[in-house]
Amino acid sequence: MTQTAANHVFRALADPTRRAIFEELARRGEQTVHALTRSAGVSQPAVSKHLTVLKRARLVRHRRDGRETHYRARPAALAPIVKWLDDYGAFWRERLDRLESLLQRMEP
Amino acid sequence: MSNVAEAPQTLVVERAFAHPPEKLWRALTESPLLAQWLLNNDFEPVAGRKFQFRREPMPNWNGAIDCQVLVVEPFKRLSYSWGAMGLETVVTWTLTPVEGGTHLRMEQSGFASDQDRAYKGAKYGWQNFFNGLERVLGALL
Repeated sequence: MTQTAANHVFRALADPTRRAIFEELARRGEQTVHALTRSAGVSQPAVSKHLTVLKRARLVRHRRDGRETHYRARPAALAPIVKWLDDYGAFWRERLDRLESLLQRMEP
Repeated sequence: MSNVAEAPQTLVVERAFAHPPEKLWRALTESPLLAQWLLNNDFEPVAGRKFQFRREPMPNWNGAIDCQVLVVEPFKRLSYSWGAMGLETVVTWTLTPVEGGTHLRMEQSGFASDQDRAYKGAKYGWQNFFNGLERVLGALL
Protein backbone atom coordinates (compact mmCIF):
# COMPACT_ATOMS: atom_id res chain seq x y z
CA MET A 1 0.00 0.00 0.00
CA THR A 2 2.75 2.37 1.00
CA GLN A 3 4.74 1.43 -2.08
CA THR A 4 1.81 2.13 -4.35
CA ALA A 5 1.41 5.56 -2.80
CA ALA A 6 5.15 6.13 -3.07
CA ASN A 7 4.99 5.02 -6.68
CA HIS A 8 2.47 7.72 -7.58
CA VAL A 9 4.51 10.40 -5.89
CA PHE A 10 7.77 9.19 -7.43
CA ARG A 11 6.26 9.13 -10.90
CA ALA A 12 4.74 12.55 -10.52
CA LEU A 13 8.03 14.01 -9.38
CA ALA A 14 10.15 12.11 -11.88
CA ASP A 15 9.80 14.96 -14.34
CA PRO A 16 12.11 17.92 -13.58
CA THR A 17 9.57 20.51 -14.74
CA ARG A 18 6.90 19.05 -12.47
CA ARG A 19 9.39 18.99 -9.65
CA ALA A 20 10.15 22.65 -10.29
CA ILE A 21 6.45 23.52 -10.27
CA PHE A 22 5.90 21.67 -7.03
CA GLU A 23 8.96 23.27 -5.50
CA GLU A 24 7.79 26.71 -6.56
CA LEU A 25 4.40 26.13 -4.93
CA ALA A 26 5.91 24.72 -1.76
CA ARG A 27 8.25 27.68 -1.46
CA ARG A 28 6.07 30.57 -2.40
CA GLY A 29 2.64 29.37 -1.49
CA GLU A 30 -0.51 29.53 -3.57
CA GLN A 31 -0.22 30.67 -7.18
CA THR A 32 -2.25 30.91 -10.35
CA VAL A 33 -1.48 28.96 -13.52
CA HIS A 34 -0.41 32.27 -15.09
CA ALA A 35 2.15 32.98 -12.40
CA LEU A 36 3.42 29.41 -12.57
CA THR A 37 3.76 29.61 -16.35
CA ARG A 38 5.97 32.67 -16.02
CA SER A 39 8.38 30.90 -13.68
CA ALA A 40 8.26 27.44 -15.30
CA GLY A 41 9.55 28.49 -18.70
CA VAL A 42 7.11 26.25 -20.58
CA SER A 43 3.74 26.94 -22.22
CA GLN A 44 0.57 27.32 -20.19
CA PRO A 45 -1.01 24.13 -21.59
CA ALA A 46 2.15 22.28 -20.55
CA VAL A 47 1.94 23.72 -17.05
CA SER A 48 -1.72 22.74 -16.82
CA LYS A 49 -0.87 19.21 -17.89
CA HIS A 50 1.84 18.96 -15.26
CA LEU A 51 -0.55 20.30 -12.63
CA THR A 52 -3.04 17.58 -13.52
CA VAL A 53 -0.41 14.91 -12.86
CA LEU A 54 0.57 16.58 -9.58
CA LYS A 55 -3.09 16.78 -8.62
CA ARG A 56 -3.59 13.08 -9.31
CA ALA A 57 -0.67 12.29 -6.99
CA ARG A 58 -2.33 14.61 -4.47
CA LEU A 59 0.81 16.74 -4.40
CA VAL A 60 -1.18 19.90 -5.17
CA ARG A 61 -4.70 21.11 -4.52
CA HIS A 62 -6.60 23.81 -6.34
CA ARG A 63 -9.43 26.26 -5.83
CA ARG A 64 -11.30 28.35 -8.37
CA ASP A 65 -11.68 32.06 -7.89
CA GLY A 66 -13.60 33.62 -10.76
CA ARG A 67 -11.70 32.85 -13.96
CA GLU A 68 -8.47 32.00 -12.20
CA THR A 69 -7.49 28.67 -10.68
CA HIS A 70 -5.14 28.84 -7.73
CA TYR A 71 -2.83 25.99 -6.86
CA ARG A 72 -1.02 25.19 -3.68
CA ALA A 73 1.37 22.40 -2.62
CA ARG A 74 0.38 19.58 -0.31
CA PRO A 75 3.77 18.75 1.25
CA ALA A 76 2.16 16.01 3.35
CA ALA A 77 1.90 14.03 0.11
CA LEU A 78 5.69 13.61 0.26
CA ALA A 79 5.26 11.35 3.29
CA PRO A 80 5.40 8.12 1.21
CA ILE A 81 8.88 9.08 -0.04
CA VAL A 82 10.05 9.70 3.50
CA LYS A 83 8.48 6.42 4.61
CA TRP A 84 10.10 4.57 1.71
CA LEU A 85 13.54 5.92 2.69
CA ASP A 86 12.97 5.01 6.32
CA ASP A 87 11.73 1.49 5.58
CA TYR A 88 14.46 0.59 3.13
CA GLY A 89 17.11 2.34 5.21
CA ALA A 90 16.25 0.10 8.16
CA PHE A 91 16.06 -2.93 5.88
CA TRP A 92 19.55 -2.45 4.40
CA ARG A 93 21.21 -1.62 7.70
CA GLU A 94 19.80 -4.77 9.26
CA ARG A 95 20.92 -6.85 6.25
CA LEU A 96 24.43 -5.39 6.41
CA ASP A 97 24.61 -6.48 10.06
CA ARG A 98 23.84 -9.99 8.86
CA LEU A 99 26.44 -9.68 6.10
CA GLU A 100 29.00 -8.72 8.73
CA SER A 101 28.37 -11.85 10.77
CA LEU A 102 28.31 -14.03 7.65
CA LEU A 103 31.74 -12.68 6.62
CA GLN A 104 33.08 -13.62 10.04
CA ARG A 105 31.80 -17.17 9.62
CA MET A 106 33.15 -17.56 6.07
CA GLU A 107 36.56 -19.01 5.24
CA PRO A 108 39.10 -16.24 4.77
CA MET B 1 22.49 6.64 5.83
CA SER B 2 19.75 8.15 3.81
CA ASN B 3 20.18 11.71 2.79
CA VAL B 4 16.84 13.23 2.01
CA ALA B 5 18.18 16.71 1.48
CA GLU B 6 20.50 15.71 -1.34
CA ALA B 7 18.45 13.24 -3.28
CA PRO B 8 15.04 12.31 -1.99
CA GLN B 9 14.78 9.05 -3.77
CA THR B 10 18.31 7.79 -3.55
CA LEU B 11 19.11 5.81 -0.48
CA VAL B 12 22.78 5.29 0.37
CA VAL B 13 24.05 2.91 3.05
CA GLU B 14 27.79 2.57 3.51
CA ARG B 15 29.92 0.40 5.71
CA ALA B 16 33.55 -0.63 6.13
CA PHE B 17 34.33 -4.33 6.55
CA ALA B 18 37.58 -5.86 7.79
CA HIS B 19 37.52 -8.32 4.91
CA PRO B 20 39.04 -8.21 1.41
CA PRO B 21 36.87 -7.24 -1.61
CA GLU B 22 37.15 -10.79 -3.00
CA LYS B 23 35.38 -12.18 0.05
CA LEU B 24 32.66 -9.54 -0.01
CA TRP B 25 32.17 -10.22 -3.69
CA ARG B 26 31.47 -13.88 -2.92
CA ALA B 27 28.90 -12.91 -0.30
CA LEU B 28 27.28 -10.56 -2.82
CA THR B 29 27.24 -12.91 -5.79
CA GLU B 30 27.05 -16.56 -4.65
CA SER B 31 23.38 -17.36 -4.39
CA PRO B 32 23.53 -19.57 -1.24
CA LEU B 33 25.70 -17.00 0.58
CA LEU B 34 23.46 -14.16 -0.57
CA ALA B 35 20.49 -16.05 0.85
CA GLN B 36 22.17 -16.18 4.24
CA TRP B 37 22.28 -12.45 4.75
CA LEU B 38 19.98 -10.82 2.19
CA LEU B 39 17.07 -12.84 0.85
CA ASN B 40 16.32 -16.18 -0.82
CA ASN B 41 17.13 -15.80 -4.48
CA ASP B 42 18.02 -17.41 -7.79
CA PHE B 43 20.70 -14.85 -8.55
CA GLU B 44 23.50 -15.44 -11.04
CA PRO B 45 26.19 -12.82 -11.67
CA VAL B 46 25.52 -12.54 -15.40
CA ALA B 47 24.56 -9.20 -16.93
CA GLY B 48 21.06 -9.31 -18.39
CA ARG B 49 19.98 -12.31 -16.29
CA LYS B 50 16.58 -12.00 -14.65
CA PHE B 51 16.10 -13.31 -11.11
CA GLN B 52 13.99 -12.91 -8.01
CA PHE B 53 14.51 -12.17 -4.37
CA ARG B 54 11.83 -13.46 -2.01
CA ARG B 55 10.62 -11.52 0.98
CA GLU B 56 8.02 -12.60 3.49
CA PRO B 57 4.62 -12.36 1.78
CA MET B 58 2.36 -9.57 3.00
CA PRO B 59 -1.30 -8.83 2.45
CA ASN B 60 -1.66 -7.95 -1.26
CA TRP B 61 1.93 -8.89 -2.04
CA ASN B 62 3.47 -12.33 -2.57
CA GLY B 63 6.90 -11.09 -1.53
CA ALA B 64 8.58 -11.49 -4.92
CA ILE B 65 11.11 -8.87 -5.93
CA ASP B 66 11.72 -8.94 -9.68
CA CYS B 67 15.28 -8.16 -10.61
CA GLN B 68 17.60 -8.05 -13.58
CA VAL B 69 21.37 -7.96 -13.43
CA LEU B 70 22.64 -4.72 -14.95
CA VAL B 71 26.35 -4.51 -14.18
CA VAL B 72 28.88 -7.13 -13.09
CA GLU B 73 32.41 -5.82 -12.56
CA PRO B 74 34.07 -8.49 -10.43
CA PHE B 75 35.26 -7.26 -7.01
CA LYS B 76 34.25 -3.70 -7.89
CA ARG B 77 30.66 -3.11 -8.83
CA LEU B 78 27.39 -4.99 -9.00
CA SER B 79 24.09 -3.52 -10.02
CA TYR B 80 20.59 -4.89 -10.52
CA SER B 81 17.10 -3.57 -10.92
CA TRP B 82 14.83 -4.14 -7.94
CA GLY B 83 11.11 -4.10 -8.66
CA ALA B 84 8.61 -4.65 -5.92
CA MET B 85 4.92 -3.77 -5.84
CA GLY B 86 5.15 -1.75 -9.01
CA LEU B 87 8.03 0.39 -7.81
CA GLU B 88 11.10 0.02 -9.98
CA THR B 89 14.43 0.88 -8.36
CA VAL B 90 18.10 0.11 -9.03
CA VAL B 91 20.43 -1.32 -6.39
CA THR B 92 24.14 -0.73 -6.93
CA TRP B 93 26.93 -2.15 -4.81
CA THR B 94 30.35 -0.54 -5.00
CA LEU B 95 33.39 -2.13 -3.38
CA THR B 96 36.51 -0.07 -2.68
CA PRO B 97 39.60 -1.63 -1.15
CA VAL B 98 40.78 0.28 1.89
CA GLU B 99 43.56 -0.29 4.42
CA GLY B 100 42.73 -3.56 6.17
CA GLY B 101 39.47 -4.24 4.35
CA THR B 102 36.76 -3.00 2.04
CA HIS B 103 34.45 -0.05 1.92
CA LEU B 104 31.02 -1.12 0.74
CA ARG B 105 28.47 1.31 -0.62
CA MET B 106 24.88 0.38 -1.36
CA GLU B 107 22.85 2.81 -3.39
CA GLN B 108 19.19 2.30 -4.13
CA SER B 109 17.75 4.82 -6.51
CA GLY B 110 14.33 5.38 -7.94
CA PHE B 111 13.37 5.10 -11.57
CA ALA B 112 13.68 8.81 -12.13
CA SER B 113 17.44 8.56 -12.31
CA ASP B 114 17.47 7.89 -16.06
CA GLN B 115 15.49 10.99 -16.70
CA ASP B 116 17.71 12.90 -14.34
CA ARG B 117 20.74 11.84 -16.30
CA ALA B 118 19.10 13.10 -19.44
CA TYR B 119 18.47 16.38 -17.70
CA LYS B 120 21.94 16.68 -16.28
CA GLY B 121 22.68 20.32 -15.81
CA ALA B 122 19.01 21.16 -15.76
CA LYS B 123 18.02 23.84 -13.35
CA TYR B 124 16.12 21.51 -11.10
CA GLY B 125 17.61 18.10 -10.42
CA TRP B 126 16.94 15.83 -7.50
CA GLN B 127 20.14 17.18 -6.02
CA ASN B 128 18.63 20.52 -5.21
CA PHE B 129 15.00 19.57 -5.13
CA PHE B 130 14.69 19.31 -1.40
CA ASN B 131 17.21 21.98 -0.52
CA GLY B 132 14.51 24.58 -0.44
CA LEU B 133 12.03 22.28 1.19
CA GLU B 134 13.89 21.38 4.35
CA ARG B 135 11.41 23.25 6.47
CA VAL B 136 8.55 21.39 4.89
CA LEU B 137 10.26 18.04 5.29
CA GLY B 138 11.31 18.83 8.82
CA ALA B 139 7.67 18.84 9.73
CA LEU B 140 7.24 15.37 8.26
CA LEU B 141 10.34 13.77 9.78
